[in-house]
Amino acid sequence: MAAQGVTDRKADGQGVGASLLRKEDDRLLRGRGQFVADIRLPGMKDVAFARSPLAHARVNGVRVPEALRDRVVIAEDLKDVKPIRAVSGLAGFKPSDQPVLAFEKVRQVGELLAMCVADTRAEAEDMVEAVELDLEELPAVHDMLAARKPGSALLHEEWGDNVFLETFVDVNFEAALDAPIKVTREISTARQSMAPMEGRGTVAVWDNRMEQLVLYTGSQMPHIVRTGLAECLGLGQHQIRIVSPDVGGGFGYKGILLPEDICLSWYAMRCGHPVRWIEDRREHLTAGANCREHHYIITGYADRDGRLLGIDCEATVDSGAYSSYPFSACLEAAQVASILPGPYDFPSYRCRTWSVATNKCPILPYRGVARTGVCYAMELVMDAIAREAGLEPHEVRLKNLVRPEQMPFDNITKKHFDSGDYPEALRRAMAAVDLPAIRARQEAGEPDGRLIGVGHAIYCEQGAHGTSVYAGWGIPMVPGHEQATARMTPDGGLELRVGVHSHGQSMETTLPQIAHEILGIDVARIKLVHGDTEYTPYSTGSWGSRCAVMAGGAVATASREIAKLAKGIGAHLLQAKPDQVDLVDGRVVGPSGSVSLAEIAHTWYRLPQNLPEGVDPRGLEATIGHKPVRDSGTFSYAAHVAVVAVDPEMGDIEILDYIIVEDGGKLINPMVVDGQIYGGLAQGIGTALYEEMNFDASGQPLASTFADYLLPGPTEVPAPRLDHMETLAPYTEFGVKGIGEGGAIAPPAAIGNAVNDALKGLGVELTQTPMTPRRVLEAIGKASNGAASVNAGAQGELV
Amino acid sequence: MKPVNFDYARPKDVADVLPLIADDSRTVKIMAGGQSLGPMLNMRLVQPDLVVDITGIEELRQVEETADAIIIGGCITHADIEDRRVPDVTRGALPAVAGGIAYRAVRNRGTIGGSITHADPSADWISILSALGATVTLRGPGGSRSVAVEDYMLGALEADLQPGEMLVSVTVPKLGASARWGYYKSCRKTGEFAHAIGAFLVDPERGVSRAVFGATESRPIIVPDARRLLGEGAARGSNGDFDSRLAGELVEAGGMSDPIDRQIHVVALRRAIQQAGSA
Repeated sequence: MAAQGVTDRKADGQGVGASLLRKEDDRLLRGRGQFVADIRLPGMKDVAFARSPLAHARVNGVRVPEALRDRVVIAEDLKDVKPIRAVSGLAGFKPSDQPVLAFEKVRQVGELLAMCVADTRAEAEDMVEAVELDLEELPAVHDMLAARKPGSALLHEEWGDNVFLETFVDVNFEAALDAPIKVTREISTARQSMAPMEGRGTVAVWDNRMEQLVLYTGSQMPHIVRTGLAECLGLGQHQIRIVSPDVGGGFGYKGILLPEDICLSWYAMRCGHPVRWIEDRREHLTAGANCREHHYIITGYADRDGRLLGIDCEATVDSGAYSSYPFSACLEAAQVASILPGPYDFPSYRCRTWSVATNKCPILPYRGVARTGVCYAMELVMDAIAREAGLEPHEVRLKNLVRPEQMPFDNITKKHFDSGDYPEALRRAMAAVDLPAIRARQEAGEPDGRLIGVGHAIYCEQGAHGTSVYAGWGIPMVPGHEQATARMTPDGGLELRVGVHSHGQSMETTLPQIAHEILGIDVARIKLVHGDTEYTPYSTGSWGSRCAVMAGGAVATASREIAKLAKGIGAHLLQAKPDQVDLVDGRVVGPSGSVSLAEIAHTWYRLPQNLPEGVDPRGLEATIGHKPVRDSGTFSYAAHVAVVAVDPEMGDIEILDYIIVEDGGKLINPMVVDGQIYGGLAQGIGTALYEEMNFDASGQPLASTFADYLLPGPTEVPAPRLDHMETLAPYTEFGVKGIGEGGAIAPPAAIGNAVNDALKGLGVELTQTPMTPRRVLEAIGKASNGAASVNAGAQGELV
Repeated sequence: MKPVNFDYARPKDVADVLPLIADDSRTVKIMAGGQSLGPMLNMRLVQPDLVVDITGIEELRQVEETADAIIIGGCITHADIEDRRVPDVTRGALPAVAGGIAYRAVRNRGTIGGSITHADPSADWISILSALGATVTLRGPGGSRSVAVEDYMLGALEADLQPGEMLVSVTVPKLGASARWGYYKSCRKTGEFAHAIGAFLVDPERGVSRAVFGATESRPIIVPDARRLLGEGAARGSNGDFDSRLAGELVEAGGMSDPIDRQIHVVALRRAIQQAGSA
């Protein structure tokens, strides 16, 4: 099916395809945004949590001084509160119960043991120091590979092991075994914190008039939080209102139900005043390092000419202590198995995955979800095959990418690639760098002694996948139709109400652009209402690069309904039949004249006496659900090329050039898409070179400030060169594809391949992120021909 | 995290500070720029009864030039030096190093005296001032005394302060007309604390050739006569003459056991010397 609607920008430059400046920036750039920490309610008190200092311990007691007892919540107070339980329907999944406040055992550093309430946060922290924790330390499970082995200490004793879920797929794998080229690599990505600029935060208050718990919390999915919270607290969902105000970055971290939210809610229902918790950076880093930790043993099988014959992989993901709501503990690892084949077409595949419980915080889906690790593993192996075959890596990729004439294409794990020209993206990206010149430069050597390298990576990203995909996972949240409400105001403006949340996605601008495309109403007069369960239709929220496709599609559908309703009234006013009129640039035009939408709205709301008998009683308001024609997801894709210089004496890596050629189908607002890619790239560079939360053998996180947990800053993120292809998606409104996460997927792979290209003369290959100076130097030191390192010491270890 | 409850004083002169810090019945912390102390307070790594803010003391904001040195008040900020509001007598060394300290926001408030007294091994002032042969002047109940910067730092986060003493100024000798310096630090990102620092000064008129390995686990490792590292081409400090093996032995003797740490410190110093040679 061809894409519906338009392919060209509207003449007034506001519709689909226009790089309109962001409406939300007027308040955000002037410092007028309202984040949770900006909310001041009368009588509000602050909360600090007593958190476990140990990774794994038996809780013998939590003792509160009697004088403080009425302002401290401990586990025994919460007997009627259900634990957080996020199951998966996948066979063999072992559920966990995450207590709101720990009792019996603590299973991660930072787990909540008591909540202290005071006039200020500082005083609440004084109270925390007065709470006595009687903990009996148990052996910590900090290494996911060791945790899989028999004899490991157990987190959830009743399981008998530490494995949430094991999955296995085998598609004709035996056939690959005779391949002439066989390369095996052990590849891993470090555990990270998502580190949004704004951490988590919640204000909870009981509204007596509405008989309702109101929770102000930065959330990507307010409706899902309401559902989860209601189930834990035993409330009706009508008794809870979730308001998610301005949010300073989500990335997945603000997609989950936190024990903190439940604890504050429980207290707010009883105490008679609002309570507030604002996560500080120390809490975020030490209790919230919740993503990316993957380990792969992966083997690529190929012909001598670089044709990929098979992939065999054992993948382990450190899922942390509990299954978090709503995505569960196994989304990440199980997804590895289904997406590892990437954008390639090959005949044999085998993959076994483990979601392993450890004494770390629960894993969450971070921008790109499993794809960043998967792309790193797969693309490193593709380069290793190229080196083995003596071919340029891009040539090997071009031989194996799904070709445009194969689209739509069902790959080896039954992913339905909807459209695109993957080889063209790679060719364009390679054309942006002068490969022969780089090869000549490598041959000649650099005057400063550094080694340069070029690397690339390509991926495709499933976005906006819907019911049929998620029903299979069996997690607490399955997206169905995405709904939007469109409602004209009496003066001819438009309100759009959506259940997704915009926190960087720019939907306050892009969704009005879609409505404008259909109705012709000025974007300035279209108001997006989001982030409040009271005012918006139910939605699973903002995740999975789904909003442009799903909420955008819903807004388009609802806007078309408004157009139909307006034409009905307009035709009457023009004394024409409905099929004689058309909607053009905000006016209903008939054979004898035209009438504006504003006049039509005025008539409906303020001069109903002028309406005909039998006018459609829905007026100028519509709530409609939307699903793409096919709900298996859109597949945007991109090729990334990095040129790096590696200092073999210091181990420093500098990115000299970075090219991204991406295809997101029809771009609603190309400037916004560029912004999404820049932000994703910065996070991808963080994964590649900087970000890492290490844990010691007792499960203690080793960074508690940004002095130790390094994020890339402005001087570490290069200005990438971007190029767009626009292959329309066949199943969505306008041909739009989800692109929100892609920027964060490929950088570790592209940079990793570039570093390995730079160091290939030394026989060095790095297969672990982040590629720190120390890891670079250790790898060079280990390589037998590490001639570039200097003699540094009497014992000359590094000669 | 939020700080514990503490009292706050902002005296107008040094004489008013001394009795406050001599009171050993309570924990007292001096705050100069607050760029390290602020986070340490917030994380409750320090829990003082009293914070004495010395940034309102005029004397500590003074700079005095003598015949052979410049005396920099303890509360002069990194930005004052970077922007050359403090006259440069070091042929550009202090402004250049100041401009590389952390971020501009830190440099606007962070002070030279605060940084040296905080005694973080990774900080820049300790290393470059040790290379330049600077001294600090301390004042306490018994009067004033001067100590070489490298001796003032006793170890990581430990300065040679007697009870009731505070740093009032830093004295940096004027360099000769043909002096050259080099400074190289290794950071993973702009503004990060250094993992290795090399600092080097050759001042033929004053007969000085001095090298410093900084950003160690503790005090910087000083090479008082750096000519031994440079062999024949001592003054020029050309690359070929740098004795990496000897440099490695020196840092190892200085307590650096990790070979990669040794490597990056040796390379940092070699690059600092190269920079001086090409100046």
